[in-house]
Amino acid sequence: MMIKHLLSIDQLSTDQIDLVLKTADSFGEVGTRTIKKVPALRGRTVCNLFFEPSTRTRLSFELAAKRLSADVITFTADSKTSVSKGESFKDTALTLQAMGLDAIVVRHTSGGAAKRLSQWVDASVLNAGDGSNEHPTQALLDLYTIKQRFGRIDGLHIGIVGDVFHSRVARSNIKAMTKMGAHVTVIGPPTLLPVTVGSWGVDVSTDLDAMLPKLDIVYLLRIQKERQVDQFFPSLREYSMFWGLDNRRVGLMKPEALIMHPGPINRGVEIAGDLPEMERFIVADQVTNGIAVRASLMFLMLGGSQELPPSEKS
Amino acid sequence: MAEILFTGGRLIDPLSGTDTTADVRVSGGRVVEVGSGITATGAETIDISGAVICPGFIDLHVHLREPGREDEETVATGSAAAARGGFTAVGAMPNTDPVCDNAAVADKVAAAARRAGLCEVIPAGSLTKGLEGRYITPIGEMVTCSAGVRMFTDDGKGVQDSRILRRAMEYIKGFDAICAEHCDDAALSEGGQMHEGYYSDLLGLKGMPAAAEDIALARDLVLARLTGVRYHALHVSTQGSVELIRQAKAQGVRVTAEVTPHHLILTDAELQSFDPVNKVNPPLRSSSDMEACRVGLADGTLDAIATDHAPHSREEKESEFELAPPGMIGLETALALMISEIVDPGILTLAELVRRLTSVPAGILRLAGQGAVAEGSPANLTVFDPSAEWVVDPATFVSKSRNTPFKGRKVKGKVLHTVFGGSLVVRNGDIVPEYEAALSVGTSFGAAQ
Repeated sequence: MMIKHLLSIDQLSTDQIDLVLKTADSFGEVGTRTIKKVPALRGRTVCNLFFEPSTRTRLSFELAAKRLSADVITFTADSKTSVSKGESFKDTALTLQAMGLDAIVVRHTSGGAAKRLSQWVDASVLNAGDGSNEHPTQALLDLYTIKQRFGRIDGLHIGIVGDVFHSRVARSNIKAMTKMGAHVTVIGPPTLLPVTVGSWGVDVSTDLDAMLPKLDIVYLLRIQKERQVDQFFPSLREYSMFWGLDNRRVGLMKPEALIMHPGPINRGVEIAGDLPEMERFIVADQVTNGIAVRASLMFLMLGGSQELPPSEKS
Repeated sequence: MAEILFTGGRLIDPLSGTDTTADVRVSGGRVVEVGSGITATGAETIDISGAVICPGFIDLHVHLREPGREDEETVATGSAAAARGGFTAVGAMPNTDPVCDNAAVADKVAAAARRAGLCEVIPAGSLTKGLEGRYITPIGEMVTCSAGVRMFTDDGKGVQDSRILRRAMEYIKGFDAICAEHCDDAALSEGGQMHEGYYSDLLGLKGMPAAAEDIALARDLVLARLTGVRYHALHVSTQGSVELIRQAKAQGVRVTAEVTPHHLILTDAELQSFDPVNKVNPPLRSSSDMEACRVGLADGTLDAIATDHAPHSREEKESEFELAPPGMIGLETALALMISEIVDPGILTLAELVRRLTSVPAGILRLAGQGAVAEGSPANLTVFDPSAEWVVDPATFVSKSRNTPFKGRKVKGKVLHTVFGGSLVVRNGDIVPEYEAALSVGTSFGAAQ
């Protein structure tokens, strides 16, 4: 029923996505208990393999595995490390293989790294972000968060704003959101929208102000400051002027529309520094839900006991 | 040097326009007799009925990795791969370590080829010292050294500075050599991992736009017209390039061009596997680019077929996609791929394919003693079965490297025998045992050293 590796949103059917989200409900409940732990993956070993700096994703996976009582080990390295040591990526994979791991959560600067790894190891591989390719668990936790708020995904109009070109979050989310029936519009400077993005089943706009009144969700992407050095836009100031979310633009949004962001936020660029905390800005929900969704995935993929953890309330 | 008599084969000799059943007798390093009903006592007689006998193939573009990366290929193993692929002459690109930017390195490569004795190796010299794009190499010395360099290129990258390239072209013209370019506007393709287009957008891999090749080629053609140099476009891969070359030829610019089997057969859709075996430079392009290259090959805009044989070590190709070097090997699969994918669908006739692999590249390099089967000419011959089917298995290659994207592919057309300088170097598809010793020369260590 469930896939062995999670490398791309492409692998998941809508039924499988529904199952992941439904199962995440149970783990969300576990997160509210005093003792936030179930024995589902006791005795199993999960390795966090991070070839790119990451704090939130790594901690989220670590907490998710620990809530399932798995043993967690973490390996962080610069993406060039294994190569500069003279060890190929495959050699690294075979070393991990020899350690008898059950799951490997991999984050890498190079696109396709998770897919390649999955070809060399017996463990389940979970893609925690590979280059600009995909970040499927982010997309799943975003779907969960949207569903939690709206009760549905189907029919919602979601604007993904910013650097779609370099964003694995955008690639996974566009696949996931359109698959679940949402209407997606990508919005940003033309240099940061892939030339062929129109063939992805999305609408394309460069005019955020015109789009804001139509959107149910404004999904902001992180703008990396080096993009300006590479001349994708003239200056951060000009970026913010046209595509940054400030109080005036929040005023253009539908009253019930939500603001999401995968983090970390670049205050003063994609979001104005003086934008106050507000109920519709649900980044904290995304973070909280990330743990439940990742736990759900590991539970389903590693197939602990096929029984869902019993609720404390029952 | 033994006497050999090939009987009953279909002789295709493009230069003389021959395409008929004929016997070919080789003696003393030369073709001594061509005709029917030839008998020779004391000669080794090989019945090649059903097979084609033709001039040995010539590959204008290979990387033999010696000196510098003998773990990936040596002149000897590369020569063996060439021989097994039916090639009797190859042009070795200068991006070795040290770079072939002087006569000493060129002579060393040519001497290693003579020792191996499996095929003729004509080193190409670099246009600029150390491939740095700044200072012109001693072109005259390389042309006149014993290696006889006749093509100059910074292959692997293009010369970015138009002034330097213009000077190099003018200077090369004085020695009647060829200026060849890997057409690439480096600023546009910088950091690129694959062709820029639908699939690079989809996969999030940084793209190299076709425009980077087109712009560099357009500039080069303008300078070729200005200087009058003989100009050769390496591994043409875009629709725009094909159109530019077609136009330049119509205007009388002295330009020739080559295309690789992989750019004629594969597209950027292959990159979805994220397997670096498909990473190559120029990158596998879109299907419309591939189609334009096929049309360009068919109408003669693209003259020759060259493999860009680029060996890489297993560990380098088993690294992350972005860290893996570009390149794929091609010598041992070229003929079969071209028959299966280009002759069978009717893009070229078999005789025309032979021409593009023999007399055409021989004419570009002005190689004496290659590219023709004529009485009295040096015996550099290939015999192949155009209908033999086989499955590509890199484990059987004599190349030191295995980086081919065609592993497991069913193909048609097999080299049976290769004669180099009058000697059988490949018999029934395998290197003749007396040449095998040369293959173990070299080292198994490379990048880490």
